Amino acid sequence: MPIKESPEKMQVEAIDTVVLSANKLNVYYGDFHAVMDIDMNIKKNRITALIGPSGCGKSTFLRCLNRMNDLIVNARVEGEVIFENQNIYSSDIDATEIRSRIGMVFQKPNPFPKSIYQNIAFGLKVNGFMGDMNEAVERSLKQAALWDEVKDRLNDSALNLSGGQQQRLCIARALAVEPEVILMDEPASALDPIATLAIEDLIKELKSSYTIVIVTHNMQQAARVSDETAFFMVGDNRSGYLVELDDTQKIFTNPTNKKTEEYITGRFS
Amino acid sequence: MKPTNSGIRINPRRNVRILIGKVSYIVFLLSVFVGIVGLVLLLFEVFTKGIPWVSWHFITDYPSRHPDEAGLFSALMGTVWLMGMTAVFTVPVGVGAAIYLEEYAPKNWLTKVIEINVANLAGVPSIVYGLLGLALFVYWMHLGRSIIAGALTLSLLVLPIVILASREAIRAVPNAYREAAYAMGADQWQVIKGVVLPSAVPGILTGTILAMSRAIGEAAPVIAISALVYLTFIPTHPMERFTVLPIQIFNWVARPQEEFRGLAAAGIIVLLVILLTMNAIAVFVRNKYQVRSEE
Repeated sequence: MPIKESPEKMQVEAIDTVVLSANKLNVYYGDFHAVMDIDMNIKKNRITALIGPSGCGKSTFLRCLNRMNDLIVNARVEGEVIFENQNIYSSDIDATEIRSRIGMVFQKPNPFPKSIYQNIAFGLKVNGFMGDMNEAVERSLKQAALWDEVKDRLNDSALNLSGGQQQRLCIARALAVEPEVILMDEPASALDPIATLAIEDLIKELKSSYTIVIVTHNMQQAARVSDETAFFMVGDNRSGYLVELDDTQKIFTNPTNKKTEEYITGRFS
Repeated sequence: MKPTNSGIRINPRRNVRILIGKVSYIVFLLSVFVGIVGLVLLLFEVFTKGIPWVSWHFITDYPSRHPDEAGLFSALMGTVWLMGMTAVFTVPVGVGAAIYLEEYAPKNWLTKVIEINVANLAGVPSIVYGLLGLALFVYWMHLGRSIIAGALTLSLLVLPIVILASREAIRAVPNAYREAAYAMGADQWQVIKGVVLPSAVPGILTGTILAMSRAIGEAAPVIAISALVYLTFIPTHPMERFTVLPIQIFNWVARPQEEFRGLAAAGIIVLLVILLTMNAIAVFVRNKYQVRSEE
């Protein structure tokens, strides 16, 4: 589905650079056609929210964007994802390099059972970081708005942090590698409302330096944080597909597609 | 019989059910006691016979035909040598095999066959390994009746146990850790080395110690490798002949004189103390690290 440019947005934003674009992307798990024919452009320094009912393939699609689906046995991806003029699925591309440039934050906070410091340092070490490790750890923790809370106990186990702190640590850990894009798979769904707000504020902060794609079940959250919203649906054959992608404001006030409107307004079975 | 609301008549037989419940309880309790009573009687017998013979010189002296002068120093040192070398051979190979099976192996029928065979190997009688070791290491590889041949044989014996325990430990590492590491650009070996193994080490260690405590009590395969039971020197290098505690105990039990039975009992006590210490270390390691990884 082509992207509709609304006139208001044209006025507000002068340049829209596309960092990631999916062309005719299909994902299969064995015989199951999980995601069907997705065309989508993701714009630089924007927050793109992916919303839709359970099983609509939004998480599956997200995991295609940095080749995390490679890790699932049976998963097969067809079509292409263009990142900086290259198809990340072409055979000469190293998936580990893609993942160091397109990071990911998961639904459930998953810090390593290591110290706070080592959690951040791990990603830097595996990527052959040669600089000042202490400085890099501090910078990442500051970016994730966690530094003040943990600066006196960097050597404590990350598992002793609260859920919200753990998730901010995971974000800091992803930032440390200095990716260009960060994919977030329902990053606040396991957190309480206060921790959720802290994460949302952080995501908005990060927009100036990173491109963010976020999957969320929470439509208020999509409305609060994102610039663009993509609405996914499950088709009759149980495959997920993209219904429309547009300005978040437009999606939530005046969507083009009737299905989007029904979903947004809760008149959806 | 009483009528229910829906009119169906039921017969609860409450008395019979209560009786069956009580009988089952007693039967199961007795089953436990059979095992425990047997063990307690055995330990009682061993300790009453053996304690008078346990002394410092019993541990530091060589075997002798005079019961008062006999000790198990050479057997104890042989056991230490054998266990040390067995661990050196078993741990890298066992952990390596477990890493391959859990992290690398494709999920196909060949992997399945290997997995089933590893599990079955854990149940093969130890004398079979002894004869295999005799043919393979002692004769074919010309290692002689040496510590190294014994250690290789015991390694074959306990390898399946180490592999199974290590696989359990590796499988217990949450997939979320692997995903997180991959998402930062780590490759497979970096994920295994940096995230999977550190989390699996306590489980691997526990399994290894338990495998070693199985090996330490084995007499049959070691008898097949080294029939020698009367040694008055300590091995100084892996190619030398050796004896171990179970063989020394076996030898003493076989003697006609009553005093040697006491010595055998004393030897069993020493072996039991070593075994219990190893198991205690295994439990300690498991408890110490489990608390952290379960959060």
